[in-house]
Amino acid sequence: MIDLKINNQTYQVDAPDDMPILWVLRDLLNKKGTKFGCGVGQCGACTVHLNGQPIRSCITPVMVAKGAEITTIEGVDEQGEHAIQIAWRENNVPQCGYCQSGQIMSAINLLENKAAPSDRDIDNAMSGNLCRCGTYPRIKKAIKQAASILAKNNEKISVNQLSADEGVQS
Amino acid sequence: MNLLKLNRREFLTLTGVASSGLLLGCNSTLSSSPSSSDVAKFGKNNDPQTLNLFVSIRPDNTVDIINHRSEMGQGSKTGIAQIIADELEANWQNVNVIQGLGDKAYGSQNTDASSSIRGFYTKMRQVGALARTMLEQAAADYWQVSLADVSAKNSRVRNKQTGAELAYGDLAELATKQAVPDVKTLTFKKPKDFNFINKPVPIVDLHDISVGNTTYGIDVEFPDLVVAVIARCPVLHGQVKSFDDSAARKIPGVVDVIQMSATTKPVLFNPVSGVAVLATNTWAAIKGREALNIDWDLGENAGYASNQAMQAMAKRVTQPAKRVAHKGDVTEGFKKAKQVIEAQYSVPFEVHAPMEPPASTAWVQGDQCEIWAATQNPQAVMKHVSKLLSTTEDKVKVNVTLLGGGFGRKAKADFALEAAFLSKQSGRPVKVVWTREDDIQSGYFHAGTAQYMKAGLDDKQKIVAWLQRTVIPTIGSTFNAKAFAPQNFELSMGFNDLPFDIETLQSEATGAETPVRIGWMRSVLNIPHAFALHSFIDELAHSQKMKTPDFLRLAYGKNRQVNPFNDFNFKKYGNYSEKFKKHPILTARFKGVLDKLTTLVDFNAELPAGQGWGLAIHRSFVSYVGVATKVEVKNGRLNVLDMQCVVDCGVAVNPDRVQSQMEGAMIFGLSLTLSGRIDIQKGAVVQSNFHDYPLLRMNQCPTMNVNIIKSNHYPGGVGEPGVPPVAPSITNAIFAATGQRYRDLPLKDYLNV
Repeated sequence: MIDLKINNQTYQVDAPDDMPILWVLRDLLNKKGTKFGCGVGQCGACTVHLNGQPIRSCITPVMVAKGAEITTIEGVDEQGEHAIQIAWRENNVPQCGYCQSGQIMSAINLLENKAAPSDRDIDNAMSGNLCRCGTYPRIKKAIKQAASILAKNNEKISVNQLSADEGVQS
Repeated sequence: MNLLKLNRREFLTLTGVASSGLLLGCNSTLSSSPSSSDVAKFGKNNDPQTLNLFVSIRPDNTVDIINHRSEMGQGSKTGIAQIIADELEANWQNVNVIQGLGDKAYGSQNTDASSSIRGFYTKMRQVGALARTMLEQAAADYWQVSLADVSAKNSRVRNKQTGAELAYGDLAELATKQAVPDVKTLTFKKPKDFNFINKPVPIVDLHDISVGNTTYGIDVEFPDLVVAVIARCPVLHGQVKSFDDSAARKIPGVVDVIQMSATTKPVLFNPVSGVAVLATNTWAAIKGREALNIDWDLGENAGYASNQAMQAMAKRVTQPAKRVAHKGDVTEGFKKAKQVIEAQYSVPFEVHAPMEPPASTAWVQGDQCEIWAATQNPQAVMKHVSKLLSTTEDKVKVNVTLLGGGFGRKAKADFALEAAFLSKQSGRPVKVVWTREDDIQSGYFHAGTAQYMKAGLDDKQKIVAWLQRTVIPTIGSTFNAKAFAPQNFELSMGFNDLPFDIETLQSEATGAETPVRIGWMRSVLNIPHAFALHSFIDELAHSQKMKTPDFLRLAYGKNRQVNPFNDFNFKKYGNYSEKFKKHPILTARFKGVLDKLTTLVDFNAELPAGQGWGLAIHRSFVSYVGVATKVEVKNGRLNVLDMQCVVDCGVAVNPDRVQSQMEGAMIFGLSLTLSGRIDIQKGAVVQSNFHDYPLLRMNQCPTMNVNIIKSNHYPGGVGEPGVPPVAPSITNAIFAATGQRYRDLPLKDYLNV
């Protein structure tokens, strides 16, 4: 039995140490949002976060996740209202949708590391995620939009924070 | 707090849009749950009232609309509902789209040939108008007024005399008791009154996709389901001689090992020879397959090598072959020519590689079988599974899941048949999962082909003679073991339908060996035929020292209808199964696309060294698409910088999905042009995954722009027609940039891509 922490919940699974996290999620825990695309870490459809870092769950053995925190697409936001998810919808990004869980998980990590990613930053962060339907132009647009929205939002928060701080002082 | 999170209202406020503006931006789920008073009024029963095969309305005003076509990213699940809901005068907020089971009553459900909208536009409008008329009639009866005194809007019927209104939910039961009106008596909306047609309605699964709440074929799950992974013979028509499964059976989770039956001739959609490992989870099944020890008899195709076959086709295409179309006497035509140009081209074998590999679940119980499949063609599943199980089609129930891409691969029912076979053999519900290696190596391949073109021009740059030849390993071989000659539908795709004003023409075609299952892939034979045709037109333009757009205008000639039946004596012209009167070939529409492209791109502009624009305009699936591509070639590296697409697909039911399909088609075309090639050695596919069958990645993706020509023409296809012009637009651009002509794909053979 392995104890796993997934989307802030703990699970006990009976899996061999070498079983990839992907199949533990999908077949043992029935979390089907994370997709199988290639099995060799080439396409990114299976991307999840392990301790906040994006990993290819199809080639990452479950033993690596002992004591770590896994976040899947289902755990991004209860309402599906992460800025990236909203931007994905506002830009009508998906076609078939199959690769989009992985795309979203990679995009979230990008924005967590780079608040204002350049085109090159986006290419670097997203080129490991294949989309056969060809949604790349919209993915790029959605990431940029989410980044600019978040920048404005943070500005707003800091302004509010500033005025609140001033309020305390006076 | 997490600074990356904010709600949609905050998000939109920060974009500067006060409200989203697009009230259509809802998903398919219910947004109007019944209030307590409603429940009192209608009781607890919220059963749908069925108005026709596609439309049911519930007391709480939910409008259930059946989508009978498979959804694989093209958006027709939303488009079909848009068309019905528009004529139905439904409130989109109340629309709930339900995926239809396989059922002949719906008409064709074969979701290929870009046919969902073009094939059902009129019928779906009738379906919506029928239901709306029955609701209106019910209201007229209730108020004791004539039908002319009521009108429907926004899921309500209004009494024009009194201003009273009744909701669809209240009227539904009464509406079901109305006589079904004669279709001829129906009234239809004028385009200016459309609520949803011609609007960029977001796809109904948008929210679910963004949160991972979707069910594709591979996601089907229920208790006691076992997963099967199959070791298929690497060479078509090879067989299992013997196998040792003792190690496989020791893998924890493996529950059974079953030998598949022998490969049939023709192969059809039947399973191929192999050994299946059944396990309680996918990983165990994969590990179990790895542990199998199989001795294969590789059979008759074990000597096949695709590089030799491509060379043989390149040779054969220079030799006379059977005449399949003609106009006048081409020999006489060439005598008149001042200049004769010839060239030959090839596109290699390709494979679909949808992001979701094929997957299907089957449960055979007695003489009944239920299937859950990512299939483009549920009726083909019914037909072929019933034959496999020696039962009747009515005993085979087919549930269609979402498809993680299709591109033609999932129009073949083989993976559903594998599941049905294994469920019958094992007595369990079985989900067959294809790995990526299976998908790349055991599919229904887009065949490698060769083309030869020869044209004679007079001193006024007019084409006076045209000889063309194509060599095609035919798709017919999949269905008829003796088929060798190309089929008429194959010759109807960008070959015997060329739109140029040509004095004399001869068209010839022949077949080639079919060592793998040959299938159809997004835009099919249009891929090589358009590559050859539009590369060659560009070559002709350069030979005349003309800019390609100018030469094209000359070559299209005056505005006219191109009629392959008469002009080229091609009596079996397919026209994508459309009546020619409804969808003629019009040079004016080609020119319309060209005119728009030349406003978007200055083909005469001086560009920096190593840069160039190329273009190609092609009609397929009765739509017209032009692509202009800008490239840069420097130090042996090809960068595709920009792509401009113009599409005339007639009425664009969902312009946003038309745009997304064109974007996707450009990227699909880029993949095959830059790096797509399947090699076959000793009868087996060499490539195995994305490292050696690379698809375009974001860092290779150019900027792109899509223009949709406003049109009142009847809708044409959208899913495929964007693909054919892509390859020649790129190679033409490379020629413009460098003077180097590439006539054999893919380009990675010559350039770093």
